[in-house]
Amino acid sequence: MNLAELQKKLIAAARANVPGNQVPYAFEKRVTALLVSRVAPDDMTLWVRGLWRAAVSCVAITLLFGAWAVLNPTTTTTADDLSQNFENTLLASVDQGDQAQ
Amino acid sequence: MERTEAELIAAVLKGDAASFEPLVQKYSPRVFATARRYARRESEVEDIAQEVWLKAFSKLPSFRGEAPFEHWLMRMTVRTCYDFLRGHQRNRESAFSELSEPENDWLERFVTQPETLTDNADAAKLLIEHVMEKLSPPARLVITLLEIEDRSVKEIAELTGWSVPLVKVRAFRARGEMRKILAKMTKDKYL
Repeated sequence: MNLAELQKKLIAAARANVPGNQVPYAFEKRVTALLVSRVAPDDMTLWVRGLWRAAVSCVAITLLFGAWAVLNPTTTTTADDLSQNFENTLLASVDQGDQAQ
Repeated sequence: MERTEAELIAAVLKGDAASFEPLVQKYSPRVFATARRYARRESEVEDIAQEVWLKAFSKLPSFRGEAPFEHWLMRMTVRTCYDFLRGHQRNRESAFSELSEPENDWLERFVTQPETLTDNADAAKLLIEHVMEKLSPPARLVITLLEIEDRSVKEIAELTGWSVPLVKVRAFRARGEMRKILAKMTKDKYL
């Protein structure tokens, strides 16, 4: 089969088939109504909206951590106390010096 | 008194969205005709047209007025159609066994009596639509613009935003892709 000829014939058929340019009834009215309802707010409104969203998120996170801290009080034992261990290690040389004297 | 295009655009840019309506009314037939080259269903065509106008409205501040508004809008239309093709590639997976009876008859006649065929036959139109649906989005766009709408490579580059060498490369690949599809279609049917 001559594929080049088939391609030529089909392209010619597509060229002969000019698509219609009819527009649905009241299309421009619908588009304009959509655009009017979507008119972009000014920069200030966008900033205020963004900041409000950020504030709400921050409050939510604070509340969650607060609730977590209240509901799970950590019992500190001498063995677990990191700050005490740190201090002991740091001052070990001083303590040894005192004992030697 | 009727306002000029430049006056309408200036009014829209000042915040009068209603001044956009005469532009939509004037250029929608061209937008719809272009969209109908790439989408078959009317609902899809309307979606494309609506998308074009929403984009045109939001990008209007970038329209500098150096070229006619129509050219700027048609670039946007072609690019929106291309995005549509990229988003709707499912149709490419259909088999050629789904060809209708008139399409099969047309192919049969092409093999047996090619001289009796007319280019304007409805079956040929359906068949080319089937073939076009199987092309990749860039191939379909370039075949439509170059072969069907008979546009120059330079025009296609301006419409699509591709470089001239890229259009040439894609046109070359698109022709090859189309020939492969036709070969597969005839092989499925006659071998």
